[in-house]
Amino acid sequence: MLRYTLLRVLGAIPTLLLVIVLAFLMVHAAPGGPFDDERVLPADVEANIARAYHLDESLPKQLLRYLGGLVQGDLGPSYRYRDYTVSELIGAAFPLSLKLGAMAMALAIVVGVSAGTVAALQQGTYLDRTVMAFSMTGISIPVFVVAPVLVLFFAVKLQWLPAGWSSSTGASRMVLPVITLALPQIAYIARLTRASMIDVLGRDFVRTARAQGLGTLTVVRLHALKPAMLPVLSYMGPAIAAILTGSVVVEEIFGIPGLGQFFIRAALNRDYTLVLGIVVFYAALIVLLNLIVDVLYGAIDPRVRYR
Amino acid sequence: MSLLDNRSIRVSGGILLTIAVCALAGPWISPQDYLTMDFDRQLMSPTMTGGQIFGTDDLGRDLFVRTMLGIRVTLLVAVVASAVSLVIGVAYGAIAGFVGGRVDAAMMRFVDTLYALPFIFFVILLMVVFERNFLLIFVAIGAVNWLDMARIVRGQTLSLREREFVDAARLTGVSTARILLRHIAPNLIGIVVVYVTLTIPQAILVESFLSFLGLGIQEPQTSLGALVDAGVNQMEGASWSLLIPASLLALILLCFNFLGDGLRDFFDVRHTN
Repeated sequence: MLRYTLLRVLGAIPTLLLVIVLAFLMVHAAPGGPFDDERVLPADVEANIARAYHLDESLPKQLLRYLGGLVQGDLGPSYRYRDYTVSELIGAAFPLSLKLGAMAMALAIVVGVSAGTVAALQQGTYLDRTVMAFSMTGISIPVFVVAPVLVLFFAVKLQWLPAGWSSSTGASRMVLPVITLALPQIAYIARLTRASMIDVLGRDFVRTARAQGLGTLTVVRLHALKPAMLPVLSYMGPAIAAILTGSVVVEEIFGIPGLGQFFIRAALNRDYTLVLGIVVFYAALIVLLNLIVDVLYGAIDPRVRYR
Repeated sequence: MSLLDNRSIRVSGGILLTIAVCALAGPWISPQDYLTMDFDRQLMSPTMTGGQIFGTDDLGRDLFVRTMLGIRVTLLVAVVASAVSLVIGVAYGAIAGFVGGRVDAAMMRFVDTLYALPFIFFVILLMVVFERNFLLIFVAIGAVNWLDMARIVRGQTLSLREREFVDAARLTGVSTARILLRHIAPNLIGIVVVYVTLTIPQAILVESFLSFLGLGIQEPQTSLGALVDAGVNQMEGASWSLLIPASLLALILLCFNFLGDGLRDFFDVRHTN
C-alpha cells in the first residue's frame, strides 16, 4: 500500500510541473506586456516597472523565479488589484468556493448513488426509465443553462428562494447554487451507479447472499454497494474538475464572491498574474484530489495495488 | 439495416437538420437583420402578428434573426473545432498505434498526463492572453477535444496493424506513410464518425461556456452561449430572451448526444448481432 501510494505521489509531480510550465509559458507568450495600457509611460518609468516585476529577465530565469516562489506559496503580486498578492486574493476567495463545492459534491453523491441504486433494483420499470431520462437530460444540458432557468422559476416567478447572493443572508441563498452545481453530477453518478449496480447484482456472491435468505436492502448494503462504488469512485476526479468549472459559472450567475468569480474578473481584466495563479491553483487542486482518489481506490480495491 | 431504421438517429437527426435549415434560411428570409437597432421596439415580447416571433432584445434587435445567427456560429465553431480535434486525434492515435512499442507507450503516457489537466482553464487562459478571434476559438477547442479520439484511434490501429492485408502491403514494399493513409485510415472511418458526433456537443459546450462568460464570440456577432448570457440579464422582464436560446441550446446538445449514441449502436457490430 505504501509503495503504491508513493508511486502515485511521484507520478503526480511531472503532471503538476507540466501544468505550471505550460500555463506560465502561455501567459508569457502573450503579445505585449501586462502594463501596455492606453496611456503611454515614459521609457525610464516603464523600465523601472519592468525591473520591479522582473520582466527584464530572461524567460527561463523568470520561470525559475516563479517556481521558487511557488514552493513557498508565493504566486507574485496581482497586476490589477494594487497592494494584494495573488496568494492573498486566492486565500480570501477560496473558502467560500470550497464550501459550495463540498456541499454540491456531498449532495451529488448521496442523491446520485441512491437514485442509481433504486433504478438498478427496479430495472426496466417506469421509475427506472424516468431516472435514466432525467439523467440523460442532466448530462446534456450545461450548468449555465440550468442555473438561469432555475433562478427564473424559483426566484423570479415563484419567489421561493433568493435569486442572488447579496439579496439574502440566510442559508436559503446556498440552496439554488448548490443544487445547480450538483445536478449534472447527480445525473452522471446515477447513471454510473445504475450500470455497475446491475452488473454487481448479477454476480455469484450476490446470488449466494440472497440464497442465504438476506433481504434486498441487506444484500445491497453489505455486499453490493462497495464493489458497485468503484466506477463512481474513479469518476470522482472528473467530477471534481467539473464542479470547479461549474462553480465559475454558478458564482458568476448568483453573484457569489468566490474564487470562480475572481477568476472571470481577472480574465476579463487581463490580470495576468492573478489568472495564472488561479489556473495553477486549480490545476494543483485537481491533481491533488485525483491523487487522493487514486490512493483511496487502492485502499478499497486491492487488485489495483498489485498491477 | 439502414441508418434510418434506428429511431434515435432518425428523430435527433431530423431535429438537427430542421434547426440547421432554419438557421441557414431564416436570416435570409426574414426582413430584419441582426445588427439594426430600433429603440422604439426594445424588449418586445414574441408575437406572431408583428413578424417578430422571438421578440426583440434590449437594443431593439430582432431576436429571431440573432438566434438563427447564433445557431449558425455555434454549429460552425462546433464543426470546425471537431475537425481540428479529428485531424490531431487521428494522426496522433494512428501513429502511436502503428509504430507501437516504446514510442506508443511514451505517446500514451503523455495523453494520460494531459487528461489530468483542467483544460477549460487553459482555454480561458488562452482567451485572456491572445486576441479573441474566431480562429483561436476553433483551435483552442479543437486542441482540448482530441484526447478521446487519439485513444480510440490508437486502439483500433493497434488491432488493424496485425491484420494480413497490412502484412501484404508491407511485403510488397509499400511505405509506412502510404500504409497509414491507404490501408489503415479507411478502416478507421466508422469509429471516427461515431466519435466526431460525440465531440461536436463537447465543442458546443466549450464554445457556449466561453461565450457565456464573455470570453468567446464578441458583439455584434453572437452565439447561443452569448444569447443565453444576454438573456440572463433581461430575464426579469423578458423571460423569452433567456428561455428561447437556452432551450434551443439544450435541444441541440441532447440531439447530438442521442445521434452519437444511435450511431455507436449502428456501427457497433456486437450490438446489432
